[in-house]
Amino acid sequence: MSGRQLLIRTIVLVTAALGLNYIIWRWFASINWDAWWIALPLVLAETYSLIDSLLFGLTMWRYRQRGEPPVPPQGLTVDVFITTYNEPLDLVLTTARAAKAIEYPHQTWILDDGNRAEVRAAAAAEGIGWVTRSEDWKGMPRHAKAGNLNNALLSTEGEFLLILDADQIPDPRILHRTLGYFNNRKMALVQTPQVFVNVPESDPLGSQAPLFYGPIQQGKDGWNAAFFCGSNAVIRREALMQLGVTRYVTETELALHKALRAADKVLAKARKGLEPGQQRMEAALDTVARDVRRVRRSLQRGESIADVTYDFQQRVDALARSLVSDDLAALHAELSSIEGLALDGFNDAVRAEGGNLAVLDEAALSRLSARDWSPLGAVETVRVLIESVNADRAGEAQAIMPMATISVTEDMATCMRLHSMGWESAYHHEKLADGLAPEDLQSMLTQRLRWAQGTVQVMFRENPLLQRGLSLVQRLMYVATMWSYLAGFAALAYIAAPIIFMVFGVLPVRALSTDFFSRLIPFLLVNQLLFLVVGRGVKTWRGQQYSLALFPVWIRSVTSAFGNVFLKRDLDFAVTPKTRQSAQGTPWHLIRPQLIVMTALVVAALIGVVRVILGQAELLGSIVNFVWVAFDLLIFSVVIEAVRYPGYEAWLAEQNRKGSAR
Amino acid sequence: MIDFQVDRREDGVGVIRPVGRLNMVAAPRLGTVVGELLDDGVIRLVVDLSGTDFVDSSGLGALISGLKKARQAGGDLRLASPTAQITAVLELTNLNKVLKPVATVQDAF
Repeated sequence: MSGRQLLIRTIVLVTAALGLNYIIWRWFASINWDAWWIALPLVLAETYSLIDSLLFGLTMWRYRQRGEPPVPPQGLTVDVFITTYNEPLDLVLTTARAAKAIEYPHQTWILDDGNRAEVRAAAAAEGIGWVTRSEDWKGMPRHAKAGNLNNALLSTEGEFLLILDADQIPDPRILHRTLGYFNNRKMALVQTPQVFVNVPESDPLGSQAPLFYGPIQQGKDGWNAAFFCGSNAVIRREALMQLGVTRYVTETELALHKALRAADKVLAKARKGLEPGQQRMEAALDTVARDVRRVRRSLQRGESIADVTYDFQQRVDALARSLVSDDLAALHAELSSIEGLALDGFNDAVRAEGGNLAVLDEAALSRLSARDWSPLGAVETVRVLIESVNADRAGEAQAIMPMATISVTEDMATCMRLHSMGWESAYHHEKLADGLAPEDLQSMLTQRLRWAQGTVQVMFRENPLLQRGLSLVQRLMYVATMWSYLAGFAALAYIAAPIIFMVFGVLPVRALSTDFFSRLIPFLLVNQLLFLVVGRGVKTWRGQQYSLALFPVWIRSVTSAFGNVFLKRDLDFAVTPKTRQSAQGTPWHLIRPQLIVMTALVVAALIGVVRVILGQAELLGSIVNFVWVAFDLLIFSVVIEAVRYPGYEAWLAEQNRKGSAR
Repeated sequence: MIDFQVDRREDGVGVIRPVGRLNMVAAPRLGTVVGELLDDGVIRLVVDLSGTDFVDSSGLGALISGLKKARQAGGDLRLASPTAQITAVLELTNLNKVLKPVATVQDAF
């Protein structure tokens, strides 16, 4: 173990011990139960923050710096995918040209989800591949970027894929620096950092994530849990395809068993819903019910799903044929029994087929008993049931969907599934692409909301704690990232507590005793020390500010993802704009919640001052709360800077003006 | 679900307008509707198919049964304004040669 690692582990242990010492005391000895309505939310928020800190400590425990990457062998085949939906053509082309210039031999593809003629023409002129969705996707769920990638996976064949967003301009060495990791046969994924070039040093929109693309990813890497982040990553196709096939099998099984469980109820209900005089339909439903029981028995005997469902579909088709055949026979009998009916034309047609009614009927019989026209479709629920007892994944464009489609951000869920199948991932800490960050607050908020929603969707749909195949710490590494998106709720308590004290004099703790300070302050200090040591001078302050200041975004991400997953509501999915949204004046409305909170903090502090002067408030408590309010205001001040940020070009021009004036 | 709208015109023609899918479940009800009209002495019938999205073999059978009953009662049953799927089914079974549909209800009689 290196000296640095020893230092980090020591600080982690001390932080954990001090933190637990504080929170246990808080819960058992300090809560002011008379004011439980604020005391309880506050202690819960503090517990939330402590767990966040413990998870961070766990991440740092195996902090790992990979040195020089292994040298890749020659002759690997690589596809470079540039995903685009509606980004400007010149941006896409800049990235595509840089991708084409990557030194390791490869094939570059623009994955144009917008299916734009000008992109296609430009790609052809540059000698770059162009892929858009196939016909199979018509009328099917599109699954955003995951769908775009899944579509391209089926029409390309490289052993490895480099995935690039349209706004990530790659370094020519990117493949030479990453492919070597795949010398390890179990390596599925290598992620490199996302660093943005159109961002001022002060980073007003908090675009750079130096703590994440650094210590956090390196810590996760130590636990074989380095995350896939959607772009600037290389993936082994074999791993993705294995994932796709495995998911196809389990999802087909799940869908089949779900259909079979519901089958009896569906059929019984359909039978009950029939009006009198529907003996034929009743008999048909009884036959279907018998066939469903047969499916169950065959599956229990261990026959394959493919055989059993094929057999079932054949029998249902035969049933439909016999119904249609009876109908046609009855129809012909009636026709010939109608007196005076001019059957000449009809008989001519029959004669043209050699006088054989059966031959003529064959075409009609087949068509009329095909699934879309079958009489069995008369009861909608039964039609759906029959469709479900199949293995064709009829509701999706492709049977094989390697990139996870359960979330608007496909990367995290895909990576978790790869890890749970035993694959490994690596984080290579070297900037190998120049990214473009959102240029204004509106776009930034949209992007953050999307990331948060995607993460929370995965938390609800495939909770890492319940995934088989992951190690305990791998699960916790996924939980750690999801946990951080719950910060919005804790922020509410951290804002409300000082306001309530200033205005009403209600303290959520029993006393601000020596006990309180001697437990809290050392913990806060070592916690910051940990950031200092692992961060080694990278700026983590912006990230800390935004994790509280964007509380409305985080809360909305949780509520909207909950509505989407459990109540089937729309997520209001939006693609992140890459160019500055034109707007008149400063868009203050975007930060209305934060402005309200800041005003409330200032007003509360003024009331607090008056109460101290009037001798109504305890001095020590007031001082603590003044500091607290000042800290909150400092945190929230970031949104003022953000809302006034004019975009990178304008910011540069402003700097130049200032410079020449001097 | 299907709905049968019935209009008894002043000129003695009965217009039946099935709205929805004329399938195996709906077919017996068409028979009932035709039977009621014939019992009331309305023997010239038009089935207005403009609101009928779909017909299966059972629905077809019900139309021919209606034709037979109408003929037996001394009247007739004619089809008007079929939708694309119905036209395809009629051609497929060569029934268009027997029961040639007309473009509008007005053209039927």
